[in-house]
Order: sequence, then C-alpha cells, then structure tokens
Amino acid sequence: MGKRIGLEVSLSAAEAVKMANVDCIAAYPITPQTHIVEHLSELVNNGELDAEFIPVESEHSAMSVSAGVSAVGARAFTCTSSQGLSLMNEIVHIVASMRLPIVMILANRSMSGPISIWNDHTDVMSIRDCGWIQVFANNGQEVFDNVLFAYRVAESQKVMLPLIINIDGFILTHVIEPVEFWEKEQVKQYLPDFKPVYTMHPDRPVTMGGVGMPYVFSEAKVAQDEPLIQSKAEIITAWKELGDVVGRYYKPVETYRMEDAETLFVTQGSFGETVSLVVDALRNEGESVGLVMDRLWRPFPFDEFREATSQAKNLIVIDRAISYGGQGGPLAIDIRSALYKGENQPNITNFICGLAGRDVTINDFKNIYHRAMEKIKENPMEEDFEYYGVRGK
Amino acid sequence: MLEIRLHGRGGQGAVTSAELLALSAINEGKYGQAFPSFGPERRGAPVVAFCRVDDKQIKIRSEINNPDLVLVLDPSILRIVNVTAGLKDDGILITNTKYTADEIGKELGLKCKIAVVNATRIAREELGLPITNTTMLGALLKARAFVDPESLIGPLKDRFGRIAEKNIKAFKRAFEETQLAF
Amino acid sequence: MSKTRQDLTWQELEIGATIITPGNSDEYKSGDWRSIRPVVDKKKCIKCGTCYIFCPDAAIYETEDGFFEADMFYCKGCGICAQECPTQAIEMVEEEE
Repeated sequence: MGKRIGLEVSLSAAEAVKMANVDCIAAYPITPQTHIVEHLSELVNNGELDAEFIPVESEHSAMSVSAGVSAVGARAFTCTSSQGLSLMNEIVHIVASMRLPIVMILANRSMSGPISIWNDHTDVMSIRDCGWIQVFANNGQEVFDNVLFAYRVAESQKVMLPLIINIDGFILTHVIEPVEFWEKEQVKQYLPDFKPVYTMHPDRPVTMGGVGMPYVFSEAKVAQDEPLIQSKAEIITAWKELGDVVGRYYKPVETYRMEDAETLFVTQGSFGETVSLVVDALRNEGESVGLVMDRLWRPFPFDEFREATSQAKNLIVIDRAISYGGQGGPLAIDIRSALYKGENQPNITNFICGLAGRDVTINDFKNIYHRAMEKIKENPMEEDFEYYGVRGK
Repeated sequence: MLEIRLHGRGGQGAVTSAELLALSAINEGKYGQAFPSFGPERRGAPVVAFCRVDDKQIKIRSEINNPDLVLVLDPSILRIVNVTAGLKDDGILITNTKYTADEIGKELGLKCKIAVVNATRIAREELGLPITNTTMLGALLKARAFVDPESLIGPLKDRFGRIAEKNIKAFKRAFEETQLAF
Repeated sequence: MSKTRQDLTWQELEIGATIITPGNSDEYKSGDWRSIRPVVDKKKCIKCGTCYIFCPDAAIYETEDGFFEADMFYCKGCGICAQECPTQAIEMVEEEE
C-alpha cells in the first residue's frame, strides 16, 4: 500500500502527474488551477521530474504546445480553468480530431461574467462537445488515481483521445486532505509507456491536422466519435485494473444506498460525497432515497445510467451549470434524453445550485429534496427546472 | 467530527494553521480536512479558514457554520466580525487578547466558553514578529486536545524549516500560558 | 490505391485523419485551374531564372538547353512569371488559343 499523505489536492494531483512521468507541461497560470502548475514547475526545477516545463504566454499556446508535444510521441500534460479554457478552445477541438492523448486537469470555475473566480461547471459544459473523454472527481484520492488512469486510457491504441479530469475549483483544489500515493512499482504495473500510432518525425514524414474537404469531413468525424463511444469499454477495464492494483474500484456511474430507493439524487463532482451524507440523514428520517454519481461524462454512460435508475420513481438532478434558454442544466438535459425511450421513465426534477462557489449545505440539499417531492406531487411530468436559493425567485 | 473555524487577517497564516492541524490529525492516522474561505487573497482583510477532524472519512465539503471551536488569531477581529456565529452550545472561543476571558466575555456579551492568551506578546518575544498563527495552535490544543500536541511538531518542522524551532517554542509557551475560563 | 479519396469509408481513414504518404501533393493536378498559360519567347529570354524563383507552385523547371518552362500539370496560370520577367519574354496566352 502506498503512503498516506496529507496534502493540498492540487499538490497531490501534481505529484500524480510526476508519477505518470510526463515529458512536457505547458501551462499558463489561472485561479484556481495555479497550485497544480506551480508545484509541477518546482518538481521540474528541483530535478524530481525530468520534463520540459514551458511557461507559455497564453492558454492557446499551452494547448498548441501540448499538441506538438503529443504529436512527436511525448507525454503531455496541461491544466487550466474557466477563461483559460475559453482561450484555448480552438485547439481543444483540434487535438481531439488529431487523436492526441493529452491529459488536462480542469479546475472547474464559472465562466465570467459577472467576473468570478469561484467554482461551478460552466467552463467544462462550454466545451462539452469538444470530443475529449471527460471524467469528474469526488475527492483528492480520485484526482490522484484518475491522473494515472487518464494516461492509461488516453494512450491506449484503441482509444488515442485526449482526456479531461474535472476537479471542482477551490472546493477540491484548495483542500488539504489525506491521499494515498501509489508505489512506483504500482505505476509501472499499471501504466505502460506511450506508444503512439503515428508521430511527427523527419525520417518518417506524415501530415497531421490536414484539410478535410466536404467529401471526407463527415467520415473523419465519425472516425473520431466512434472511438470515443467505444472508449467506454477501455475506460471500464482501466478502472477495474486500477482497483486490482491499488484496491480502489471506480465505475462510470457510482451508486449509494440504492436499496428500494424511490427517489435518487444525481450529482457530478464533489457534490457527491456531501449528498451521500444527505441521503444518510433522509434515510434516518424514513425517506426512501439514494444517490447516483456520474463520474464519466463523455462518453456518456447511457447503459450504466439506465441500469442505475431502472427502479427509481423520481430523480433529483443537481446541476452546477446553466444551459441558458435550455431545458435546465446540461446534466439534466442529457439524463432526460437518456431516459426518453427507456422502459422506466422516472419523474425528473432539476435544480441548479452552487454557482460560482455558493456554498450548498446539507440543509440546502434537504430543502431541495422536499421541494422536489412537492413539485412531483403537484405536477409529476413537468419538465422544468429550478434555480435553488436565488433571492426573488 | 470536530469542526474548527479560524479567524484571522490575510497574511497572518490562518490557512497555514488549519493545514497544520489537519496534517497532525492525518499523521495520527485520523482524517483531516482543511481549506480557506475561497477567493482572492488580500493582505490584512478579515479571512476565515476551516478544519475538520474525524476518525472516519470526511465527506462534507461545505463551509463550517456550526463550529465546535473558534480560533481568533488577531484580537482586532473580535470587534468587526461575529466570530462566535453558529458556535455550538458547548463550543469554545479561543482568542488572542491581552484581556482576561471575563473581560472579553463581558465586552462582547458572550456566554460561551472562552480561552485567552496574549499570543501577540508571545509571538513578538519568540519570533520577533506579531504573527500568531503557530502560537495560537498551542492555545487551541490547550482548550481542547483533539490531537496530541506532539503530532504538530512534525508538520511545524516541515513547514517552517530553519525557523521551526522558534515557532515550536511559541506554540509550547502558548500551550502553557493559555487561560481557560471554563 | 484503387479507391479514390472520395470513396474512403470512415473506417479506412488513418487515425486522426493523418496522411501517411509524404509528398502526395505531387499527385494533385493544379493545372486544371489554368485559363491562361505562359509562353516563352526564346529570342528575348536571357536564361536568368527569375521566373523559376518566383513561381509559387515550383512548376517551372530548367530545360537541358538552359531555358525555363512551366510544367502544365501544375501551372495554375497565375502570370507571376510574366510579371517578373526582366525582358518581358513571357506572354500569358488564353488557353483557348
């Protein structure tokens, strides 16, 4: 068993990147991602990590450099938040189409404005359709484990796609908590060296990122989406084998206290653990409630999600992002879509809360539960959503 | 689970104190969690930091609204922030002040348990600076020994390197000099 | 390759739509774009090679006797050679003529 260390989650994430033995870190500092790259720059500077640290002049360059690094067959890491992600947006899409297995930690932060540095999921939702594998983390341990998982999956020749690890800004990045590190041997056993399919090399010239004329563009896009959809099998295997190595097993969809649960909370990211305590409390009060935590966001785990919710009468979907003018938050929209033709069609209520780091307490979640029950009683199939705790609403 | 809220001013090390407490708990094999009030860091502004300690995994991630212990690093904070907001009925306020617990209780109209220490004086004498974060940890553990004071020595050494000894001395002095009014 | 690019299925594309045959732009006939073509008057030509340097498509090559000619497989008929020729030895002629 690896050593159990108390450390800020940002620093343990950086230590995991070190254990993954990356070749290049190209990043531009932005709150709340900063501590991750600061620590990596220290690790490179003091010789603990043999990698290039490139302090680029913008996030656009961070992703461009990462693209070049990955294209020559080296292991690339980058990290950003919110506005930084927006600035690199263009290249985020391109590296997915080029099938470059870059790993990025996204310290989730709201998109301004009003100007905000605090946490929610509006940044990642703005690039939901960028073609990367996207996972969420509940705690620091998951962040650490998922860094090694990320390279294993992304670089698998069956996958060859970039991967985003979403971690809630501040709420996770700035928390000190215990994390069990991996032994070097465990990393060696779990994560093979990166063996790219094609690389940029003067002796073996190829063209990457070429033009796709209309006659081939659609085929190129299907050739990109199919492996993303198919990557789920590899993701499940990689999580299973991670468990075999370090004893912590992860699944695309995690469930908690599902026994005969009529109503299920659905969460993404660090809300999950807090809501698990709410479920305990509500169960003690005699409520029939459970919890579904979505860990894998893209490719969306449709089968696993339908399976998890197959017995539920009601879903309370918690979104930490807005789809302006849409049908609630992005998670709820996908879930409605996933269950539209399902055999079981539970009532779906949707609450948007925790925007820009607004604290959501156990009591708040209890209020949400009771409000949801009330709404379902009044109008079971109403497909609306509610902003929780907004003054004047 | 024990929940501690720390009040200080930006730059005084409230976050570091919370971190050291969590680390000492983790090093004892317990679970510890520490985090700042999130946002931009502004030197001198009143800040809050949080620490939780438990024997089992800590899952809650919201702020601490009903602390068991409140630690105040800077006496001037007492008059501008309602530091005992939400303090549990049997909770303890541990504050840096040159006054007695009775005097502080009377001035602020507090009914809770109070522990006091003149941490500013100790810090000036031991560190040469009025930075009271490590000093006040001694007062905190005197008021409630939820971790072994010895468990803090390792994290203090890791954190402060060559000035660790001075901080350890200030920490130990505060542990001795803290007055408990309960 | 028997199939043209237009016939490739998505499964037949290389990973990341990478093109693994270097220099395959050689096969690309840009001569189809041409409506006027350069004609060299060898009496005026001083074999300086200015047209060779300026041709944006590297379509101009040197012949055995030292004159310069455009390869009609690639020449797009842009007229830059005629514009740059110091002795006005190159005339752009309508393709129809």
